[in-house]
This record gives sequence, structure tokens and C-alpha cells, in this order.
Amino acid sequence: MDPRAVLLVSAVLFTLGVMGVLLRRSAITILMCVELMLNAANLAFIAFARQWNQAEGQVYVFFVITLAAAEAAVGLAIVIALFRLKETTDVDEIHLLRW
Amino acid sequence: MTLLAFLILSLLALVSACVVVVHRNPVVAALALAFNLVSIAGFYFLLEAQFIALLQVIVYAGAIMVLILFVIMLLNLKQELRGQPSGFVARVLGPLLGILFAALLARAFLGVRGAFPPHEPGYGTVEAVGRELYTRFYYPFEVVSLLLVAAMVGAVLLAKRRI
Repeated sequence: MDPRAVLLVSAVLFTLGVMGVLLRRSAITILMCVELMLNAANLAFIAFARQWNQAEGQVYVFFVITLAAAEAAVGLAIVIALFRLKETTDVDEIHLLRW
Repeated sequence: MTLLAFLILSLLALVSACVVVVHRNPVVAALALAFNLVSIAGFYFLLEAQFIALLQVIVYAGAIMVLILFVIMLLNLKQELRGQPSGFVARVLGPLLGILFAALLARAFLGVRGAFPPHEPGYGTVEAVGRELYTRFYYPFEVVSLLLVAAMVGAVLLAKRRI
């Protein structure tokens, strides 16, 4: 197994996440695609940690997982608050702060 | 053997990620995301990061996915089924730019030299990660607990009916 193969998978996963964030309209789907991007970054961290035999990369992955949990909690709370206000999670309909 | 496992895991991860991005029904997308997270945990096992792999399954595929599925089912998202990208930008320009982006990322990654060294005993265990976490990363670890408290308070405040 080559480090480059793992990094390639991580790059493709990250790109899929970016595409989802840019193309989808449902706020929850966008949050899920952000999780996808975080996971792609984690995979690259683990691959580099393995390559250099350092536990540091794994510690960073630990922090990223914690951050993802916090992000999911706050993001979903925002989605619920918006749904209560506008009865939709379509990000094209939500333009309260647009001038 | 490792190569075969790697190929199967990459196939599973990429297909489930495509389902997350493309599928109209958010419940199916969430289940595909859970599948994707578990297959990435398989990658971690292959890369000798057992502790992080277990953490991924418990925290990500367990807790976070349950939270997302709970919110999807709480908000009755039936009318979101029609929300599908359309028009020139979404249909043509988006995928093209995506392929360009992936090519750029791949080009940067393919410059990486070297191979995985032989696996050292004790690498990736709870002991190795924990030792690093409680010595060099002690202060970041404490700051992360503050982040979790702030996120919890924020989530409760945001989801409250009346503030």
C-alpha cells in the first residue's frame, strides 16, 4: 500500500464534499458534506502520521473529531431555529442577512 | 491482502460519498454518510491507528450520525425532496470545476515521496496516543473541553423556543 493511494482517496473524498457544499440546497445535506470534508482531512492526517511514525497526527485527528461534534451540535441547532422561523431548510430561501 | 482490503474500502468510501452528495432523500444520504464513516474507520485500522478507528466508529458513526438523523426526522423534510440543483452552473460548470479541483489536489499529493515504514510495536495504541495527548498536547486538550462547553451552551440557546 502506497501513501499516495491513500492520499488520492482522501483528495477525491474532499472534492466530493466540496461539490456537495456548493451544489446542494438543503442545509442538513450541506452539514453532512462538511463532515465528509473533515473526514477526508482526517484520512490524510492518519496517512502522514503512519508515514512518519508519529502519534501527533492521530492526536490532531482526535481534536478534529471533537470539533466535528461541536460543529454538528451548533449547526443542527441553527437549522432547527431556522426551520422554526421559515419552515424550510433550503439555503436559497434563507437570506436574512443578504442586503 | 492489505491491497485487497484497501481497494474494497476505497470503493465503499467513494460510492457512499457519491450517494451522500447526489441522493435526494436526506435519510438515505445520512445512512450513506454513516457507511462512509465506518469505511474510513477501516482505513484507520489498515494504517495502524486502532484507537482513532474505534473513536471514529463510536463518536462519529454513533453519536454525530444519530444527532443528524434525529434532526432530519424531527423536521419533516418531505418537501425538500424536490430541491435538486439545476441550471448551467450546477449541471455543467460545477462538475467540471470539481474535476479540476480534484486534479489539483491529486497533483499536490502525488508529489509525496516514500513508502510506509514497517509497523512499530505499540504505534497507534491508546497508550501511545494518550501519552502524546496528556503531555505535549495538554493545553490544547483543555481548550477543547472549553470548546465543547461553549458548543453545548450555544446549541441549547439556539434551539430554545424563547430566548
